[in-house]
Parts: sequence; C-alpha cells; structure tokens
Amino acid sequence: MDSGPSGGAAGLTEIRWHARGGQGAVTAAKMVAELALGQGKYFQAFPEYGPERSGAPIVAFTRVSDDPINIYSGVEHPQIVVVLDASLISAVDVTRGASNDVVILVNTELPPGGVRERYGLKGGRLFTVDASRIAMETLRRAIPNTPMIGALAKATGLFQVEDVAEFIRHDFAKKFSAKVVEGNIAALTRSYDEVRGE
Amino acid sequence: MPRLNRETVAVTGNEAVAEAMRQINPDVVCAYPITPQTEIVQLYAQMVADGKVTSEFVTVESEHSAMSAVIGSAAAGARTMTATSSQGFALMWEMLYVAASYRLPIVMTTVNRALSGPINIHCDHSDTMGGRDTGWIQLYGENHQQAYDNCLQALRIAEHLDVRLPAMHMYDGYVISGAIGPLVMLPDAKAREFVGPYHAINPLLDVANPVTVGPFDGLHGWYFEHKVAQNRAMDRALTVIQGVADEYAEISGRPYGLLDPYRLEDADIAIVVVGSTAGTTRMVVDKLRTRGVKAGMARVRVFRPFPHEAYAKALEHVKVVGVLDRADSSGAQGGPVFLEVRSALYDSDPRPQVLPFIYGLGGRDIFPDDIEHAFAQLEEAAQSTRRSSIERRYLNLREDK
Repeated sequence: MDSGPSGGAAGLTEIRWHARGGQGAVTAAKMVAELALGQGKYFQAFPEYGPERSGAPIVAFTRVSDDPINIYSGVEHPQIVVVLDASLISAVDVTRGASNDVVILVNTELPPGGVRERYGLKGGRLFTVDASRIAMETLRRAIPNTPMIGALAKATGLFQVEDVAEFIRHDFAKKFSAKVVEGNIAALTRSYDEVRGE
Repeated sequence: MPRLNRETVAVTGNEAVAEAMRQINPDVVCAYPITPQTEIVQLYAQMVADGKVTSEFVTVESEHSAMSAVIGSAAAGARTMTATSSQGFALMWEMLYVAASYRLPIVMTTVNRALSGPINIHCDHSDTMGGRDTGWIQLYGENHQQAYDNCLQALRIAEHLDVRLPAMHMYDGYVISGAIGPLVMLPDAKAREFVGPYHAINPLLDVANPVTVGPFDGLHGWYFEHKVAQNRAMDRALTVIQGVADEYAEISGRPYGLLDPYRLEDADIAIVVVGSTAGTTRMVVDKLRTRGVKAGMARVRVFRPFPHEAYAKALEHVKVVGVLDRADSSGAQGGPVFLEVRSALYDSDPRPQVLPFIYGLGGRDIFPDDIEHAFAQLEEAAQSTRRSSIERRYLNLREDK
C-alpha cells in the first residue's frame, strides 16, 4: 500500500533534510516552516530525534501546506531532499521513498554531474552549491544552513529569496549582532546566485 | 480551504505550554527538568528571571520533591503548577495519590514519553496511562494548539468547586513537544479573565482557621468515605469539563468535547486513538472515505474521568471498533484505552466488536499505511460472520516473517 506523499494531499510540500549534527539542519528545517507562516501557509518542522552528537547523521523534516496538516509521521515520500553533507550520500539512502522528479540539493564543491559520478546518485533533479565554502567566506564558520536556504529558494521556488532576507533581518536581529545578520544575508544571496542545476 | 489565522505563531509544543503558563502566572511553580519536558522548565525559569511572571519558582532535586513542594504550596493556599515526563512522572508516583487525596487543584503538564527499560526517551503513553488510577483528571491533546488550550482549561477544571482535584494534561513527546507547529494564543487579558483569580479552600496559611491536612486516619477512620468522595468529584468533573470547554469555545472559537469524533455518524468501522496519531488517522479516514469505505475515528480527549456513556453513544452503531493504544497493560486483555472502550460498549445491543492494537512504543513511528492496515483488519472483521479474535494486533512491529 503506497499512500503517496502524505496520502496524496494537494498543495502539500514535504522536505527531508539529511545532515550531520552541528550543521544547523534542524534550524534550517524550522526556518522554512517560519517562512511558510510568513506566506500564510500551514507548516510543520521536526527532527527525527536521536542522540545529538556532533558529526552523527541526522534527519529532519519540514511540511508546508495550503491546508491544515494532520499527519505527524516522518516524511516517507519527500518532494525535496536537502543534503548538507555530501559524504552522507554514500552512508544513507538520501532518496529513499522519493519519486523520480524529487528535487535534490547537495552541499558540495562538485557540479551536479560530479556528484552523480562520485556517489552514483541516480534520479531526481539535482542541484549543488558549495554552501560550506560560502559559509566560511561570509560567516567564518562552516555552518551551511543559511546558504542552503538561499539555494533552496532558487532550486524550488518555494519562497522568494527577498522574503528570506527580510526574515533574517527581523528574526536573527533578536539574537545576533548586525554583522552576523548581514553575513547571513550575504551567505543567502551568494548561494542563491551560485547554485547549479543540471 | 481553511485559511491560516493571521495571529498564528510558529512554536514548539513546549513553547505553547510555557506561554499558557505565563498567562496563568501561578503563585508557585516547582519543577525538575526531564527530557522531553525540559524546555518548559527552562523557558519558565527564563520568564521568572526576566520578570515576565511573578511566580515563586522552586528548583528541586528530583520529581518526588517537585510534587512534594507542589503539594505543600498548594495546601498552603497557592495556585501551583508543575511539569514532567516519563521517569520523572514515575518518581512522583506516591505523591500523585497524595495530591489527589488532599483535593489540591494542582495542574501538571506531562509530556508523554516511554518508561525505562530499555532506556528510551521517545514518545509513548506508558507514563500517564500508568497513572490513570492516581485520582488526577487526565486530558490528552493532539497538537500544539490543544496543548495550549488544554493547559488553560485544566486549571479551571481542577479549581472548580464541584471538582477540586489535580489535573494533568498531556501531549506527545518530541512529535509535538519538540516540533514546530502553528499556535493561536488568546490575548493575555482574555486568557487571564478566563483563568480568573484563585480561591484557596481551607489553606494552611489561614492561621485564624487552622486545619490539618493529611493526618493518619486509622483503621476506624474515614479513609473509605474519603476515597468515595474523591470518586464522586471525579464523576462530577465530566459536567465541569464540558462546561469549561463551552466557555472556552466562546472566547477562542475552538470547541472541545469529552471526546473528539470524526466522521463517525454513519461509520461501519472506527478507530479510537490518543494524541498526535489522531491527526494521521483523520487523514487516513478521509482517504478511505473517498474510496467509499465508511471509516471514522474518535480521539480520546478526557481519559480520567472516562466518559463511558459518551463513547457508548458515539460508537454503538459501529460494527467494528479498533482501539490504538500507545501503551500496554501487560497481562491484561489489551491496552488501557482498549479496556475502557470495550467496557463502555458492553451494554450496547447489538454490541460492536472491539479489537486491540498496540503501536508506537518507545517512539516507533506510525505511518498512514500502518493505520490503513489497521482499518483493513477492521473491514475484514466487519465482513466476517464470526467474531474476530481479540488477540493484540501490533502496528509497525519488526517481526521475523
């Protein structure tokens, strides 16, 4: 019995995040939920909880929908897969349960063709961005989550990069210095510009 | 299409409850942190430190002490709240009975988590299902909104003079507690007006009218009568719970009942379920309905007191009822909710079949396909001329095949 993405509800987008502990995937999953709220959409974001060890593989989920979201199971059939650490592709089946038109976004210095070659990744519409390098250059830390959001905006059209920048200006400003806020916006826009598709 | 309310905020389940507590601003909060409840205690401690609330926040060295301090302050005359999960709930055990027998209207949030062992921090309902006979009112919520709404309502139920029993409200650990979801809060003033001022009954600090609380009662004392009085208060709580819900619906626009029926009116088969899995089940019911299957659902909201008449009325026309328990009662005929529902339907004629399912222990995920599988078994039982076995059925269990 295959119930399809969330039982086939229309207007529902399901995202699965693959990362290593410490890369900020849970924060990114939650940020996408908050961006959906800004668009007047329903949202849900949660990690698949396990031991929270830095460097260990983790999974997180985001759902965005025009209608109230009832399902609370983990995402089985994602339309979007975001991989914050390319080395996970050889350790985890990142496209498990996804259909052939899944959008896959990978943080890597390789172009999409290079990822397919190195990891034997098949199917889907593959996008790559060197989010770790962008993070190092804009934030001086290898936390690729904000750049991945910029690349996600470009690859999926799920939200406008301007709206993300606005969100960062408002939300991050509550916790971080102006310098950090501007660094995040630079990371966002650079990755939006640099993401590569096939 | 239902539009997202413009007042919606994105919060974790625990943040939703911390906000409800902020609006209540109880006199005393005593709590000890435990996963996955920790965030509530942390957020509330921050609110105290920031001067957003005026509660006396008592840090303690264990949950046994947390419940003891809650009892002490409530007996002294304070409006008192706490929160816990799992092992913390288990460590409170003897004091839970004491709180109920002193008739103290304490409100406790319990974020549902499995009990050891093996050690497990994930969601199931073993903790509070085990506490069903402690004499506390028990309300279960499905999502962030209900966690918040139940917290405010639990206070009014507990403090009602027809009840005066402690009340706990629950929601699923991690699935709700740590997930980001939508919440619409009442404006602070409205929430505070709903909660109202606290009136302590026979407080210890009223030195002009001295009372004794919890003395030794002896063999020829009134223990038996006391327990019967507690149980009668529990029975009266059913009316109070609905009254409080109706009043809350007027100010929030969100109606609540003793149970939460979904597409049950003409259902041939139905699932009874507690917590967040009700959401997933509702989605599966809709899917089956498009195929012409007359499926329905009842979500358990109030478990203590158990509204058995309401269940009999809601389910008596259904051919086969499947009860999904996220806790088991080892050696019993089925899980705790199964036992209640089956018992509630005993006097119905014709009597629906009631089948026990166990799922999600220790946080094992449950998917729409698992629930469809359960419905398929109910359908099969409904079509059979013989009554089905009431052996437990397990959903998403890894077994040698």
